[in-house]
Parts: sequence; structure tokens; C-alpha cells
Amino acid sequence: MNFSYYPGCTLRNKAKELDAYARASAEALGFALQELTDWQCCGGVYPLGTDEIATKLASVRALAQARDNGQDLVTLCSACHHVLKRVNDDMRNNADIRTRANNYMMLDTPYAGETKVLHFLEVIRDVIGFEELKKKVVNPLTGRKIGAYYGCLLLRPGKVMAFDDPENPKLLEDFIRALGAEPVVYPYRNECCGGYISLKEPQMAENMCSNIHKNAAGFGAECLITACPLCRYNLNKAENNLPVYYFTELLAEALGVKEAALK
Amino acid sequence: MSTQNKAKLVREISGTNPSKCMKCGKCSATCPSFDEMDIKPHQFVSYVQKGDIEALANSKSLWKCLSCFACVERCPRDVQPGRIIDAARQIVVRQRGGNYLTADEIPALLDEELPQQLLVSAYRRYKR
Repeated sequence: MNFSYYPGCTLRNKAKELDAYARASAEALGFALQELTDWQCCGGVYPLGTDEIATKLASVRALAQARDNGQDLVTLCSACHHVLKRVNDDMRNNADIRTRANNYMMLDTPYAGETKVLHFLEVIRDVIGFEELKKKVVNPLTGRKIGAYYGCLLLRPGKVMAFDDPENPKLLEDFIRALGAEPVVYPYRNECCGGYISLKEPQMAENMCSNIHKNAAGFGAECLITACPLCRYNLNKAENNLPVYYFTELLAEALGVKEAALK
Repeated sequence: MSTQNKAKLVREISGTNPSKCMKCGKCSATCPSFDEMDIKPHQFVSYVQKGDIEALANSKSLWKCLSCFACVERCPRDVQPGRIIDAARQIVVRQRGGNYLTADEIPALLDEELPQQLLVSAYRRYKR
């Protein structure tokens, strides 16, 4: 089983391990991530202005390439996932954006949102299945109390992202359970980490992340997992923080491929 | 551009209809940046309706919104205050001298762990 894969800028640099653990885990689970040959940075945030076109073209290029490969497009970074899914929704449902973007792209076959965009976690839930994942676990994370940190980008807006219930998600909790650990549900798991505010106003992000850590620890979490390099960065900046891991690190550990992944 | 036309432009860029707002205040109640904002999310619509785009464009709130989409998700009338404030931000940064972040500032803001994602995201929201 093969998927087209869009790693994004940060997974090539500061978040290499998010990518490496995912590739090794995918192999252990019986699917391959085939990196697009010609991807460009998604821009990190979805351009909200209705008249924005140029800022969406990098996403359209990746989406069209996956369509031409005849594959679904898998992402790992929450931000890439958010941007690609929303631009895909525009291309599918907004005739004005579709026409103008295609006029720029000059593709042999115009793109109209045909590609299915999947987060790696959606592949596990919807394609592999948690029962199957459970069977592949060789090193269950028994006794570990793990708080899932969703943040904003995977969940909202719920109608477009269609990732999980935006107010009461359970995908990551099911994932943690399948790895043999105990999920800790805490109210701040879908609160914002501050996102890009940490560049110019780190104190604001620190306060927000501090609240997330306190809340998770208060409910008994011993560590947090995330899919987003920026969430992880912001969460790590807060004082008295819990350890924060990429979800793929714990996955690779449970599947027994963690050591080999980074070689 | 006249203030009336600027208000029209904000409606157009945001793609939202401020007249649908029923002032329930859910957006402000849910906004993680509420304390930092001088004009609050539930007030954005009034500025557009009054045509007072200057005040909105000069507001601190433009640079405090995190694009977390909490207000967008929870607005029962689909007014999406997050898109309104983004449109106000756009009419500022699209003009010469309107950038909130410049390339010269970046080196001093970097640290060893800082992900590329943070730079590209801030660039997209803060500058043209």
C-alpha cells in the first residue's frame, strides 16, 4: 500500500525525527510513504483572504501531483495538513478559486480537488485500523499516562478538516490506547499553544502553554504527544513542562523500530 | 480609498457577513488572546458595520489573533470574526510600509530549536 507523501519544510530540518519515526513505523505497519518529487513549502498558515491565489499554489501543485500519481496524499505536520486540506476544499468547492488557480498552474489536466488528503493519524484510524495497530505492537507502553495534545490546526474548522469531533476528539486517545498506554483526557487538549505569536511575543505563548501543561499534569498526564513541530516548540518553552514527544516517536517505540528509525 | 469602500473591501476579503452577528459574545468568550486585544472579537463586526476601518486597522488586535479558529468554529451565525480581523490585517500589510515583521528582525529572534514552520507562518500573517 503506497501513499504520496508531503513532508513539509520543518520535517526536513528541525523536526527530522517526526518524519524518520513515521517512515519506519509505516514500513512496520505495511505501507510506504512516497515523497512527492517536487513539493514546496505550504506557507505554514492557510491564507484566509477570499482573494488569495498565489499563496495557495504550492498546495495545489502538491495536490495535483498526488492526483497524477493516483494516490492519496499523506501529511504529518499539523500545519501542512491544515493548509493542504483547506486549499483542497477550495479547489473542490469554490469555482472562482479553482479557475484562477488553474489559470496560473497551466496543468495538462486542470485540478479540481480530486486528491484525498489524509493525516498519518487518519491513515492509522481509517486505513490500518486501531485493532490492526494493536496487533503490530511488540513493545506495549504499559502503564504510561499520556496526554494527547491536538491544538488547533488538526481540528478546526471542523467542517473542512473533518478530522475528528473538534470539541471532543478521540483519535489520539484511541491511538494511545492501541499502543498499550493510558490516555489522559484533559480540557486544554484543543486549546491553542500560541502558534506563530511566539516569534514576536514569546511570553504570550509561554503563558498559554504553561496553562496547557498545568491542566494536563493536573489530570495525571506524565507526558504529552503532538503532531506539530510548532506546538512542540512552544510547549517546550514553558516552565515546569511535561516532556513533549511527537506521536510518531511513541509509535516507533511501540512497534520496536525506534532505534533503527534514526540510523 | 473612502472609508465606505474600505469597509466594503473588508467584507469582500473576509467573505463574511457582519450583519448576521447576533452579539452572543461566544467569540470573545473563547478567544485565547482576549486579554491582549484592545478591540475584542465580538466588536469587530461593529467596526465594519460603522465603516470605522481605520480604528480596526490601527488596533493591536490585528497582531494578537493566533488564527486558532476557535471563534470561527464556535460562531453560531457563521460570521467568523477570525476572518474579519484577517481581512483588516490584509488591508494593512498589502500597502507599502504595512509589514509588522521585517527580514532584518529575524536574526535576533532565532534560537537553536526554532522550527522553520514558525518563520513561514509569521511571514504569511505579518507581512507581504
